[in-house]
Amino acid sequence: MVQFSQLRRFDTSFAAISDATRRGVLEQLGRADASISELAQRFDMTLTGMKKHVGVLEQAGLVTTQKVGRVRTCRLGAGGLREEAAWIERYRQMWAARFEDLDKIVEQLKQKESSDGRSTTE
Amino acid sequence: MDAVRPSEQTPQPVTTTDRHSEREVVVTRTFDGPARIIFAAWTTPELLMKWWAPASFGIRFLSCEADVRPGGTYRFVFAHPQSGEPMAFVGRYLEVEPPSRLVWTNEESEEGSVTTVTFEERDGKTHLVLRDLYPSKEALDEAMASGSIGGYPEQFNQLDILLKGAPDVGSARV
Repeated sequence: MVQFSQLRRFDTSFAAISDATRRGVLEQLGRADASISELAQRFDMTLTGMKKHVGVLEQAGLVTTQKVGRVRTCRLGAGGLREEAAWIERYRQMWAARFEDLDKIVEQLKQKESSDGRSTTE
Repeated sequence: MDAVRPSEQTPQPVTTTDRHSEREVVVTRTFDGPARIIFAAWTTPELLMKWWAPASFGIRFLSCEADVRPGGTYRFVFAHPQSGEPMAFVGRYLEVEPPSRLVWTNEESEEGSVTTVTFEERDGKTHLVLRDLYPSKEALDEAMASGSIGGYPEQFNQLDILLKGAPDVGSARV
């Protein structure tokens, strides 16, 4: 069962990458770490505007920031790993759901076999 | 991943998944029944239709064709209430060794995986190991990045997540 917090995280991620500037920021950070003011300059935005965008990306776990002195440096978060973990978990849920239904089939077939008195499969 | 290895003593059936290597994902599960029954459920279209598309997914089978012999093809077609287009899963069986081994290809895309399932019976229980082997690390990475599981298009996964988050939705039995 997917937890509500997980759903929220997916939502947050989608919201985060739905914006062209934020996708641009991710692309930029994929090449090199950058400070917020460097990003603001590159995307021709105010510092406040860029702070907001970075905040959204940070909340989605796509970007991490670290303040050293007066400069806040942004880098890509471990989104790739998180993505893999999320995928593996959804893959597990898919199989777990199938197998729960398969359990019922197995039970039915076992009962059928025993009521038939002998093995009729194969 | 933190995969828990099931053992014969496992009281509750546990489904584990694990990225086994750069291009392989492994699923394990133990069933309370002999291998010949589990194998039949994996190779008989009427039985497959009862479990391959769980009700909680919100998808339902339109048709299920499976010519289960080496070189034989399969074609599973599903409908989703949120989508006008039916979706088809197609491929070919490579190995069919009742009741212990089944290998097939997944040919929805060129970079599809080859799935190997083994059924190992012990004391009336059957331990299943399913391996999805992708042609390359990039193919598995890409499948993960696209959010596609088991050949599911991404939008279906989003729906799955939502549907599974709300247990009352999609409860219609196939």
